[in-house]
Amino acid sequence: MIHFAHVTKRYPARGDALRDLSFSLAPGEMVFLTGHSGAGKSTVLKLIGLLERPTRGQIRVNGRDLGRLSVRRIPYHRREVGMIFQDHRLLGDRTVYDNVALPLVVAGLGPNEVGRRVRAALDQVGLLRYERARPVALSSGEQQRVGIARAIVARPPLVLADEPTGNLDPDLSWEIMRLFVRFNQVGVTLLIATHDHALIQALPYRILTLSEGRLVNDCRGSGR
Amino acid sequence: MTGRRRRTARLHELPKVWLRHQAQNALAALGCLLRAPLPTLMTVAVLGIALALPGGLYLLTANIKLLATGWERETALSAFLTPDTTDVEAARLADRLREHAEIAEVRVITSEEALAEFRAYSGLDDVLAGLPANPLPAILSVFPMSSPDEAASRERLARMLDALPETDLVRHDAHWAQRFEALVALAERAVTILSVMLALALLMIIGNTIRLEIENRRDEIQIMELVGATHAFIRRPFLYAGAWYGLLGGLVACALVVIGLLLLQGPVSQVAALYQARFPLFSVSLPALFSMLVGGTLLGYLGSWLAVSRHLRAIQPI
Repeated sequence: MIHFAHVTKRYPARGDALRDLSFSLAPGEMVFLTGHSGAGKSTVLKLIGLLERPTRGQIRVNGRDLGRLSVRRIPYHRREVGMIFQDHRLLGDRTVYDNVALPLVVAGLGPNEVGRRVRAALDQVGLLRYERARPVALSSGEQQRVGIARAIVARPPLVLADEPTGNLDPDLSWEIMRLFVRFNQVGVTLLIATHDHALIQALPYRILTLSEGRLVNDCRGSGR
Repeated sequence: MTGRRRRTARLHELPKVWLRHQAQNALAALGCLLRAPLPTLMTVAVLGIALALPGGLYLLTANIKLLATGWERETALSAFLTPDTTDVEAARLADRLREHAEIAEVRVITSEEALAEFRAYSGLDDVLAGLPANPLPAILSVFPMSSPDEAASRERLARMLDALPETDLVRHDAHWAQRFEALVALAERAVTILSVMLALALLMIIGNTIRLEIENRRDEIQIMELVGATHAFIRRPFLYAGAWYGLLGGLVACALVVIGLLLLQGPVSQVAALYQARFPLFSVSLPALFSMLVGGTLLGYLGSWLAVSRHLRAIQPI
């Protein structure tokens, strides 16, 4: 599903964010990406979502060579990658429903189809009763779940999450993780960047550890 | 992948999807403008004035030109014959003049015809009826051949006609008509220049309005790009907003022009009455109003397009 081959990303101001990074994710895998802040976790996610282009190396996502993807094709690539952010990135002046519907509206789906899928996604994250509310009226955990509903509403085969539990207390973090596990069980590939070691060690999933832009460890959580 | 299957399944629906997008966007854009009525009104008013100025001036010159076409016919030289010239003699003289190389056509207006015409125009029936005899002479209308140096040939013809024993007086208004035409042409050119400048101003006003709108919605644009919106999708509402601004500005301009012309109508008809009617009252032409609407809409769209293509590129998701 994701294939990095000798990827280097250099920012003019900050130097190398990633150095000769290679790793692969099989379809249907759920993988945690961890490391100190500045280790390059976010850069990896940005490269997969084509928010950035690598300086060197090749990235393949879902069988597609991202280096060969023209600017015009980027939106269509992003529709197959659900993205979740620490700060939710919700539109404050729209209802929860409209926020979640955005990827479908953008893809040109009809209103009936949009309604059906948005309600299904909200139901999955347990927020169906808030569809008419504004995101600011919700708690931080609930806002994160709105962001998750938006990321999965178009049923992308791949979901990326950047510190999805960064601002949440342990209970809420567990709740979010349980959601991810459930998506994974229905075949979604997930790559989750986090530095919450306790959480990921307690889950039986693969953990990639980055340090200064290099892959320093590729192991599996104990699942205790 | 299911994504691929979905895409092909939707392929035949694309025109429908596209049309629905257009309609939704057009309405949404209008809704956005109407939700902030005061700023919209201000912008639209400025646009309206910028459109009404050239539009109104164009109509004014068009009407004046219409007035001038009446005089163009009179660029013929009028040779007033002596009172004792008979109609037969006048006809013979006309035949002779038609042979002249510089003369295209000669029309004879007999003293009877001249009287009838004068009666019709002047409304001085009673006065004329009181006269013992027809005081008007026969007239030869001499139309010169059109040539590059028409003015010189006209001069020569005038001198030649004046020298004839049968003529009393030769009059030619050509100078005056030409001068007037030149003035109208000048005014038209000025209106064109003004129109171009105001069109540029319009582009900038709309461009700037749209630029501010883009800045206000920066977060939204970034999020739309993150979830896979194409540039066309993001651009569309702004383009529609620009077109709406232009169209609303065009409507305001039409209203301003119509009101302006209505205000002029009174004084113009007074002038017309003083000149014994017969020249057209200022009229609002529907094509002119229509072109203000269409022109406004197109300029709005174009201004917005310029702003969008410059500023949207600068917004990348982070």
